[in-house]
Amino acid sequence: MGEFFMSNLEQFWHLTGFYNATWEHFVMLAVGLFFIWLAIKKDFEPMLLVPIGFGMLIGNIPFNATAGLEIGIYEEGSVLNILYNGVSAGWYPPLIFLGIGAMTDFSALIANPKLMLIGAAAQFGIFGAYMVALLLGFAPDQAGAIAIIGGADGPTAIFLSSKLAPNLMGAIAVSAYSYMALVPVIQPPLMRLFTTKKERLIKMKPARAVSQNEKIIFPIVGLLLTCFVVPSGLPLLGMLFFGNLLRECGVCNRLAKTASNALTDIVTILLGMTVGASTQASQFLTAQTIGIFALGFMAFIIASSSGVLFVKLFNLFLPKEKKINPLIGNAGVSAVPMSARISNNLGLEYDPSNYLLMHAMGPNVAGVIGSAVAAGVLLGFLA
Amino acid sequence: MKKKLFTLLLLVAACATVASAQGRRGLRINEIMVQNDSSVVDDYGCRSAWVELFNSTYAPLEISSVYITNNKDVLNVSDPQERKAMMYAVPLGDVNTRIPKRQHVIFWADNQPTRGTFHMNFDIKAGQDNWIAVFDANGLDIIDSITVPATVPANATYARAFDGIDNEENPDQTWEIRDNSTESSYITPSSNNVIKDTNSKVEQFATQDKNGFAMTIMAMCIVFSALLLLCICFYIISKIGERVSKHNKAKSQHGAPLRDLPKDQHPDHDSGEEIAAIVMALHEHLDTHDRENTVLTINKVKRAYSPWSSKIYGLRETPRR
Repeated sequence: MGEFFMSNLEQFWHLTGFYNATWEHFVMLAVGLFFIWLAIKKDFEPMLLVPIGFGMLIGNIPFNATAGLEIGIYEEGSVLNILYNGVSAGWYPPLIFLGIGAMTDFSALIANPKLMLIGAAAQFGIFGAYMVALLLGFAPDQAGAIAIIGGADGPTAIFLSSKLAPNLMGAIAVSAYSYMALVPVIQPPLMRLFTTKKERLIKMKPARAVSQNEKIIFPIVGLLLTCFVVPSGLPLLGMLFFGNLLRECGVCNRLAKTASNALTDIVTILLGMTVGASTQASQFLTAQTIGIFALGFMAFIIASSSGVLFVKLFNLFLPKEKKINPLIGNAGVSAVPMSARISNNLGLEYDPSNYLLMHAMGPNVAGVIGSAVAAGVLLGFLA
Repeated sequence: MKKKLFTLLLLVAACATVASAQGRRGLRINEIMVQNDSSVVDDYGCRSAWVELFNSTYAPLEISSVYITNNKDVLNVSDPQERKAMMYAVPLGDVNTRIPKRQHVIFWADNQPTRGTFHMNFDIKAGQDNWIAVFDANGLDIIDSITVPATVPANATYARAFDGIDNEENPDQTWEIRDNSTESSYITPSSNNVIKDTNSKVEQFATQDKNGFAMTIMAMCIVFSALLLLCICFYIISKIGERVSKHNKAKSQHGAPLRDLPKDQHPDHDSGEEIAAIVMALHEHLDTHDRENTVLTINKVKRAYSPWSSKIYGLRETPRR
């Protein structure tokens, strides 16, 4: 009887986290706790970092993977694996885009369409990082998946990496969301570096009022034009513009409300948690991950800088009264609305009466469209 | 109402037809063996001629109710029912007739239809040209057809060089004879005619664009042109919108359309700030509220009786002794 007890207890001991723990697990648990701390104490993107951080804790509880418990996120048929399907098959990101579309007011962009070009210029961050990733020895498809971090768009990064480099998706997603949370830290020094005091004081004319008809036409024409050019961006762009039409048409308020609130919240919870849980120590703690984080950081810097520099270049061709404040150039990355808020704050720092928020929202939402188009281009070329 | 219903039905029918046609059009005859002496055996252990069909789409394809035939006389028959009777109908109700994306199924031309779904009611004779065709469920539309030349030797197949692809530049190179003699001429029943071990697009970029310049230039051009197109389009739309709003404003202010007014009387376009100021003034003047959430009201709330909501029916009665 004693032997029976002992052998069963020993078997159980072998199943426990204490027995199966390695130093890598503790590192990842510490990273998860750090993310939760950043979110709660420092208020860095709490909606993203709390689910991701807690997901990291869930994904890095050590267990015996050979015991057939079917609990791991990578074990087919496990509950976590079923939830992870939305990430691995890439259907959470389009749903998030539906919500983004239903939340976003494109008036600033419609009122001043030339701001769309800033959103396009900022995508250079993606392709700059692509070139460096190739130099570091990544294969073109992996380089494309990593480079999309420069688009500063979490759902797009997850969508593209799930198609081009599923094995790197955990690191890419965590990197993208981490840098999005760090936008207030990364962007202001670059904006100061590339602009003169005189440029920072440029006051832009208030945007004209946009009619309801224009707002309704925008998602329809936007979808047709962008998807005819890049059909591979259809899942993201289709859902983005569909969500926006629900918002603007005025006859689907219930649907728009659900898409922008309940649906987005549900998908954000599932997406964040499963992305966090996918960072299992064995898959995540590799030299490649460090490379991905470094490349992601660089992509962010290139994207933010290229947006600011493009505005400076653009100003050379604009009449004096139509000059654009280059402080809104950083908003070309699609971290909505953080980067637009940064433009506004920095503008107010130099001139307390210079409100740039609505002007910065133009390139900001153009960045969402631009990064989805860039993802479509990479998918078309490399998938 | 009837008109709306009719339009809706018409739309549904059109969509269903288009969807069905799109799916079925993706079905391809992919490889055929006419004389099988030493190649694959069927589930009865017999060697017979076979026809491989390929789903060239990226979606599953249900092929039950399509028709397969080697009888060219069907083309001379116009009555669909008569035609159908002359061909082999892929039966309904077999889960295996749903071909997954980019996958294959084999049909045995052994004239033994009682052996199962994949055994057809005709056989193929060696030493002559054999015409094989797949017809859609209506028995009239040909989905794909091919004539296998008499020159194909025994135990060799007549196969597409690339799965499901018609070589439009060189139609003669679409089909080839495969006899297992070289690595590129393997007979591949129920598997891809060309086995890819790498992604050709990625390989191409890895070899021809090592530093990523070409990708960067191409991709940035595409991103810029997509957004530039949108920019131009909305520039035009905003100009039209501006013109319309000025026209309406001129009509309400001067009672005349914009074109009849001298240029100095053309109204300006209201800025967002002006509109916000007008809205605020109206708000103050009319003392209106956007939201009434916090306004207390005393309304009689009538709760109609229903046994579904009655507490009495929700309570269990004390059992009687």
